[in-house]
Amino acid sequence: MSDVLDRPAEASFKVVGTRPVRPDGADKVTGKAAYGADLMLPGQLTGLILRSPHPHARIVSIDTKRARALPGVKAVVTAADFPNLASEEVAGGEAAANLRDISLNCLARDVVLYDGHAVAAVAATTASIAATALDLIEVRYEVLPHVIDVEAAMAGDAPVLHADMITKGVTPAPAKASNIAQRIDMKRGDLAAGFAEADVVVERRYETAAVHQGYIEPHACVASVSADGQCHVWASSQGHFNVRTLCAKILGLEISDIRVTPAEIGGGFGGKTTVYLEPVALALSRQCGAPVRMVMTRDEVFRASGPTSAAVVEVKMGAKRDGSIVAAQLVLKYQAGAFPGSPVHPGLMTALACYNIPNFDMVGYDVVTNTPKTAAYRAPGAPIAAFAVESAVSELAEKLGVDPIDLRLKNAVHDGDLAAYGPTFKNIGFVETLEAIRDHPHSKAPLGPNQGRGVSAGFWFNIGGESTASVQINDDGSAVVATGNPDIGGSRASMAMMAAEVLGLPIEKVRPIVADTASIGYSMLTGGSRTTFATGMAVTQAAQKIVADLKRRAAQLWEIGVDDVQWADARAVSVNGEFTLAELAAKSGETGGPLGAQVSLNAQGAGPGFGVHLCDVEVDPETGHVTVLRYTAAQDVGRAIHPAYVEGQVQGGAVQGIGWALNEEYIFNREGKMDNPGFLDYRVPVASDLPMIDAILVEVPNPRHPFGAKGVGEVGIVPPLGAVANAVSAAIAVRMTSLPLSPPKIRAAIDGR
Amino acid sequence: MSAVDYVAPTSAEAAAKALAAAGSGGRALSGGTDLLVQLGSGRVKPTLIVDLKNIPGQIGIREAAGGFVIGASTSGAAIGEHKALAKAWPGVVEATNLIGSTQVQGRASMAGNLCNASPAADSVPALVAARAVCVVVGPNGSRTVPVEAVATAPGKTSLAGGEFISEIRLPARPARSGDAYLRLIPRTEMDIAVVGAGVNLTLDADGVITDARVALGAVAPTVLVVEAAAAAIVGSKLDDAALERLDAAARAACKPISDKRGTTDYRTKIAGVLARRAAGIAYQRAGGAA
Amino acid sequence: MSRRHQISATVNGDPVEFLAEPGTTLLNALRDELGLTGSKEGCGSGDCGACSVTLDGRLVCSCLVLAVEAEGRRIATIEGMAENGVLHPLQQKFLEHAALQCGFCTPGLLVAAKALLETNPNPTETEARYWLAGNLCRCTGYDKIIRAVMDAAADMRQEKAA
Repeated sequence: MSDVLDRPAEASFKVVGTRPVRPDGADKVTGKAAYGADLMLPGQLTGLILRSPHPHARIVSIDTKRARALPGVKAVVTAADFPNLASEEVAGGEAAANLRDISLNCLARDVVLYDGHAVAAVAATTASIAATALDLIEVRYEVLPHVIDVEAAMAGDAPVLHADMITKGVTPAPAKASNIAQRIDMKRGDLAAGFAEADVVVERRYETAAVHQGYIEPHACVASVSADGQCHVWASSQGHFNVRTLCAKILGLEISDIRVTPAEIGGGFGGKTTVYLEPVALALSRQCGAPVRMVMTRDEVFRASGPTSAAVVEVKMGAKRDGSIVAAQLVLKYQAGAFPGSPVHPGLMTALACYNIPNFDMVGYDVVTNTPKTAAYRAPGAPIAAFAVESAVSELAEKLGVDPIDLRLKNAVHDGDLAAYGPTFKNIGFVETLEAIRDHPHSKAPLGPNQGRGVSAGFWFNIGGESTASVQINDDGSAVVATGNPDIGGSRASMAMMAAEVLGLPIEKVRPIVADTASIGYSMLTGGSRTTFATGMAVTQAAQKIVADLKRRAAQLWEIGVDDVQWADARAVSVNGEFTLAELAAKSGETGGPLGAQVSLNAQGAGPGFGVHLCDVEVDPETGHVTVLRYTAAQDVGRAIHPAYVEGQVQGGAVQGIGWALNEEYIFNREGKMDNPGFLDYRVPVASDLPMIDAILVEVPNPRHPFGAKGVGEVGIVPPLGAVANAVSAAIAVRMTSLPLSPPKIRAAIDGR
Repeated sequence: MSAVDYVAPTSAEAAAKALAAAGSGGRALSGGTDLLVQLGSGRVKPTLIVDLKNIPGQIGIREAAGGFVIGASTSGAAIGEHKALAKAWPGVVEATNLIGSTQVQGRASMAGNLCNASPAADSVPALVAARAVCVVVGPNGSRTVPVEAVATAPGKTSLAGGEFISEIRLPARPARSGDAYLRLIPRTEMDIAVVGAGVNLTLDADGVITDARVALGAVAPTVLVVEAAAAAIVGSKLDDAALERLDAAARAACKPISDKRGTTDYRTKIAGVLARRAAGIAYQRAGGAA
Repeated sequence: MSRRHQISATVNGDPVEFLAEPGTTLLNALRDELGLTGSKEGCGSGDCGACSVTLDGRLVCSCLVLAVEAEGRRIATIEGMAENGVLHPLQQKFLEHAALQCGFCTPGLLVAAKALLETNPNPTETEARYWLAGNLCRCTGYDKIIRAVMDAAADMRQEKAA
């Protein structure tokens, strides 16, 4: 598929780069917008899930007789109502996913692998009847020993979750099953020679706890199966095509028998790129023929939807006196939860991506544990690795006596450098982003007692992938842009803006919609920082096709050659005069039919993104309490289509990272149950915890996108862990290596000085 | 939801009768910010909820006998808006206003906070330091109980069947008195206290502390009145040596647990820190020099 | 199951009647009985503020109020914030400042911010942040929200002075 080569002239953008009010905004500020739990269909039932109270147990038997007999109960399902799938990898989100694992995660078969694992589900006429029905389902378990901690799970005596798990990536393959699903390594150069050259070496072990994406909207869907087997699902999801595919495969249905309509989505951050409730809701609806709504409680969201990995990262890094980093050795141990698939591989790939390090050796382990199956969380795997690497780089700077930004500049990747993960960098803006921070007044702001400053960099690939966009011109010359990407951060506005720019229309005349799976061609999900890049590319190309068509039709009306027609300001112009878009639209019938174009593509050339964050903290030395005083986040965004929403991505990612660094963690008790499955004790940042987040948008355009855009959604969460940890370490003069940096840990570190 | 019923009586007698009849299945309702959470999670399964808010006197604040009478179901927000109360008892008011968010403040009551009997309840250390008393109403009439005698263990109170709190009374304030409440939480808002310290002081004309009361929260099953901490500073002008003695006495009195909110060691250290800092603020409010 | 109570209340200025089981929350009654789905359930335990409404003018979490407690009371939800289709200055400023991304926390935040400005028309940034601490937002990092609130406050003070 060819890339867009036809690029609008940048100097004169009329719409791109401005900050119009988003087209779905009025409904969102008035409470009208419909999210997954807001839909009410006639005859709708409530579906609830029965969950395992044990972190690891064999299911001996499930008896649903009494539940089925309760008046008002219309359907009861267990894994017996799902086909028993073979192991199969499917593309999903940014990484491959195993269909059998997803299915077993939706409803357990034979064994439960975490406290909260779904075991059965009911649909009833009211929520209270459904709740009573759950109590009537009798499940007999044989409790098994469990393991939570990632290193404990790797130990030889750990309880093994999957009897057939032989570690991949080890030769010869191990003889016994273990909890290590995979071992991956990446090497370059000669590590020993590299360290031999180093004048200064730092070596530490870093730990992070499991954290949740923390979207405020719990998972929600409505599923309705008709008597002819046609299925309709409304879901709050980042990818309704993905929901369709996964439901079809998990339930053994034809893809064409399922239609998925995207509800508005209340946050995802990667956590809504899979399915939990949808296949179950469909199975319930199929059993009784009525629509079934299923909404998770907050407790269920924490206990049964994927957080990201807890991890241990060991890093050793060496540099010469002149500041060049010559060697790096990393070991990454990532918790995958109940089924394999932690983001250890992207963690490895991104860990050293910011720097030119000639000799490195990195090993990563994907380790299953009796905790909820991990799901993608914004730049999956990268923040954890960056925390360790960026702490090490700042520690090297301290030991060398050089400024931490200068040390990063010295080693920064430029265009033409070979990335640690393989490709050659082109059109990257890392140096520019570092300089933006270096030159920002924040870096010169004076610091008082008990205050410290930390800097950190971060990298994310960003992806392209398959998208479809359809642009239609109405009789009055206004336009509709339809795509298949749910809007999680304001992307509808950007789609409309790009189409408006090409067509020459004011933004008010371009209405964007997110179409369902039956109404638009296939689109990969909204994730991977791909929507503005890939779907924007499709939108732009579709609009450009329409412009070409409009010029042809004008030429036809004027009876001149199409080369003699220009398109400017939503008009066809020639020596014969002008036609406005509205006039041509009104004449579309006589010039060939309705005006519209659809483009499906697999976008290539996504530009990776770099971020650099600067953080100042003050630590109360007696209590260990941390206050974030100042926070500046610079990011290379290529081109900001709608700068306010781009700033929003940077700020939002930064604050999630601040929470990850300071207070968020999954706490498990001895029984293997989560001790804090609520927003009271799972502590996300609140408004009073934070200062303003100064977002600096650095624009080094990506020539592979019609407007130069690079993905922006994920990079912002990669630097903050390192920035906050470096700041706290500076404030208390003790290197902090274990997240979250909660007050008791800081007080203990101060006492131990 | 559960098979619970609800009544909203308009007299204390009717409320006491209804609660008594429901036995262990009865729950009094003021602000509901603890009860509804427990109802929703299934932690409690009452058969009858008795809403106290329509009983005359349950809501409202009045001055009486030089002190204050606070209707037990009065919201934290209303308490925070009462200027005279905030002037006389800034510690009590700030403690009450720390419970939860602005939304929770719109409903949460002192009595509810007290009777929920969480060791970490924010209003309680300040009320205890202030020597507040509760009027407890029941089927057999009413009685007066010091605040520190209400909670007996986490989640348990000394209230008998059918009893509820109708008022909380704060005594008249001698001149040159001040109180303060501080708590340690990991964020800046929204958390349950890891440690709480309430200090109430009275000074003489020279700024010497003549009366002190120190109460610690979240470091024992119920709020601790630390007499040794008070003794450590009475007779002083809260100089450094007095503060060190106060710190040590607070730490020595703690019996905290380690849980998801804090370790034993940490809570103990922080108890000393907060006692010192709260005493400093109370001292300033009482008119002592900085 | 308990007998349902018949509740009469005023919602957004209009008299309403609905049936409520005693153990049901006001949030569920608003959403399921009255079809007012603008108030959202984010946690069900009063920790996120997505369900914020005002009750007799007082900002509360509707998930922490029983539906039966609404008897005779005046409730204001997000649906009543715009008047006759004209957005409230806060709603307008949220849009102008891009103070929402997914929009799920937005109704609760707007109700809370309106209550703030009715109590304190001239808040400092710190006062605004502490007042709104009970409204979690996971998308924006709060920066643009606070800017929108401060900007709306300034506009509303000017209008009042004019």
